[in-house]
Amino acid sequence: MSPLSTVDVLLWLVFPYVCLVILVGGLVWRYRYDKFGWTTRSSQLYERRLLRWGSPLFHFGILVVLLGHVMGLLIPESWTTALGISDDAYHVVAVALGTVAGVCTLVGMAILIYRRRTVGPVFSATTKMDKVMYLVLGTVIVLGLANTAIANILGSDYDYRTGLSVWFRGIFYLQPDPALMAAAPIGFQLHAVAAFALFALWPFTRLVHAFTAPVGYLTRPYIVYRSRDAHMGSRAPRRGWERTGS
Amino acid sequence: MRVMAQMGMVMNLDKCIGCHTCSVTCKQAWTNRSGVEYVWFNNVETRPGQGYPRTYQDQERWLGGWTLNRRGRLSLKAGGRLKKLFSIFANPKLPAIEDYYEPWTYDYDNLVQAPLGDHVPVARPKSLISGEDMQVRWSANWDDDLGGGPDLTRSDPTLKAMTEKANTQVRLEFEKTFMFYLPRICEHCLNPSCVASCPSGAMYKRAEDGIVLVDQDRCRGWRMCVTGCPYKKVYFNHRTGKAEKCTFCFPRVEVGLPTVCSETCVGRLRYIGVMLYDADRVAEAASTTDEHDLYEAQRRVFLDPNDPVVAREAERAGIPRDWIEAAQRSPLWALINTYRVALPLHPEYRTMPMVWYIPPLSPVVDVVRDAGVDGEDAGNLFGAIDALRIPIGYLAELFTAGDPAPVTTVLRRLAAMRSYMREVNLGRPTDESIAATVGMTGDEVQDMFRLLALAPYDERYVIPTAHTELGDPTALAHKLEETATECSLDYEGGPGMVGGGPFGEGSGGAAPIAVENFHMLKDRQTADTVADPSDRVQRVNLLNWDGKGRPEGLFPAPPAERPTAPQLMEGTDPDGEVEPRP
Repeated sequence: MSPLSTVDVLLWLVFPYVCLVILVGGLVWRYRYDKFGWTTRSSQLYERRLLRWGSPLFHFGILVVLLGHVMGLLIPESWTTALGISDDAYHVVAVALGTVAGVCTLVGMAILIYRRRTVGPVFSATTKMDKVMYLVLGTVIVLGLANTAIANILGSDYDYRTGLSVWFRGIFYLQPDPALMAAAPIGFQLHAVAAFALFALWPFTRLVHAFTAPVGYLTRPYIVYRSRDAHMGSRAPRRGWERTGS
Repeated sequence: MRVMAQMGMVMNLDKCIGCHTCSVTCKQAWTNRSGVEYVWFNNVETRPGQGYPRTYQDQERWLGGWTLNRRGRLSLKAGGRLKKLFSIFANPKLPAIEDYYEPWTYDYDNLVQAPLGDHVPVARPKSLISGEDMQVRWSANWDDDLGGGPDLTRSDPTLKAMTEKANTQVRLEFEKTFMFYLPRICEHCLNPSCVASCPSGAMYKRAEDGIVLVDQDRCRGWRMCVTGCPYKKVYFNHRTGKAEKCTFCFPRVEVGLPTVCSETCVGRLRYIGVMLYDADRVAEAASTTDEHDLYEAQRRVFLDPNDPVVAREAERAGIPRDWIEAAQRSPLWALINTYRVALPLHPEYRTMPMVWYIPPLSPVVDVVRDAGVDGEDAGNLFGAIDALRIPIGYLAELFTAGDPAPVTTVLRRLAAMRSYMREVNLGRPTDESIAATVGMTGDEVQDMFRLLALAPYDERYVIPTAHTELGDPTALAHKLEETATECSLDYEGGPGMVGGGPFGEGSGGAAPIAVENFHMLKDRQTADTVADPSDRVQRVNLLNWDGKGRPEGLFPAPPAERPTAPQLMEGTDPDGEVEPRP
């Protein structure tokens, strides 16, 4: 195996960690500094006809895509083999689900971007950060869908489950093998770089709303009572005026 | 028994003259900001009429409030938790901006900046949503005083429901119709469906006084509360992406002041007070099978503050002594339970609303008087209340889910009061039989008259102050934003901290509303032009130009670009007169 180039080390060893640190640190910082800005910034009030189609298509699509990535990246091949799932069966499911979900996501996103550009009030409510985010997110989705199409439909001998996935899992137990990524096809490499760039961008965009998906709603009581003193007011006590514990 | 205290309001509709002072002062205090231009925490509707937002009372369309499911249990009309989460990406039942109205301002600048020409310059309406020219087609009170009727009035959902049930037609022709005003704020319900609809758990009911609020730091803009509220009194701020609603002016109420809408009410028709209720029985009462029984069911949830058992339980529940005493003097208790003249608005939504109304007798009196008979004679009035089925049916649709009996009882009491007090005013011997026909004594009638007609300030508003010594000592009430006990501008960063954070308009800490108002007023008072553009956050052009977008010609050109000499029409003599030609 040829020795790793500096670029490979930077891209597949340094870059992912930098991005993840920015993601975690950025989320913590944003949550502490900007709880008020932590919102979906819904534009449904301005326009609902296009949103009615675009938003569910995109969101449900991306949720299935997320599930697919959990399947493909986090679950080792040995586990599915142990369950008796053959490679062919796995790939049929992956291609079918991946393509359908990917196309839904892409179409949904296309509708949403068209809506954002053409509907006046929505366009004027768009920030610079939104535009950057759309660019990166769009790149990630297009590259991912292209990889699925090329690798699974046109046929490719690259098995990401023994290459890219192993590298990805390595990141989390602090032993990533950059050689695995260096050997991956260019499409996968680009997708990975774009995805990590998106992670680094995440805390600073409206995408933060994904981290506060309201799953707690399923279990909490309907009516929330809260004491007046528990969590009110937008300012902390001034320095020197904090109450003692008496 | 789990005793809780609830701040509530009663409005005496007989005294409402539809002046909209409450709406305007409320807007100045709370929603004079960008993102909530279209929002009126307090609005006054002419009834019959479509309301604001249009046809909000049609719950078959908007699916607000609660309903009973097949097993007879309460469930949200717009669907349960799973359905909510699955429709979170595009809420199918959210009113669009057209259902409220597209807010606008006028291009006033054109009046002073237009070049000399043949025609008088006009100030064209500009949308505050898109910044474009627009046609003004609707507003929060477009059908005020039956304007546009009977064409618009026919779309009133209450009128439709009444027509279907009673198979009667309401006369909508000019001079034959009837109308009255309905001021509305958030109902601060005992069983709030907006709170139940919020996926993030950002909306809550305050345990101490029952005021329903939105935690701006926890709201994520999922928009389900707007759908959940059948009164459509939760609004979406389209700039910050957060829900906002009537706060019952909690910073004022906490220090014993009435809400802004009450304080400024010209007709002095609003009453504020505390009610004690049994929180354990709320769900049971809201599940009452027959809609007609909901009014009585809610009345039974209230606890008599003069009952020693209730007072003891209340003290055990941590309700301060002065709150119990305030509940005993509460005008709400008197109007709802002692005199029984106040009724809830749309009890059939099953949210147990806490802003109640005394239905108007005036339309009936007017009809009787116009018929040429004595409009204050008890016999004439009693007869008219029964005969004039049309307003009764309409009032019943609003206040008792369609049951005319309680409305008739209330109107008869009000009629009896008028007749009885006329004898007193004319110095004639009082007729106790008038009071007796409505089940009251003369003294009771006189007490009710004092509360309804004289309505002294300290009897209309019995507001116990918040207790700062209770609860978490690190978060005292005087540190809440905008309490009246210290300077509102005294918060971290100081008055200079206005403007957007790095993630758009809404990011960063929320500037207290008083700070925004302070800046707006200062800018307005010190600017030497009609629309001084030097400061981005400044608002110009009457109440609510918000600096959103820059429509051509709305702002004066920056000094560098401004032409040094007035632009003249071609062929005009530069030394000639510069006044517009007629």
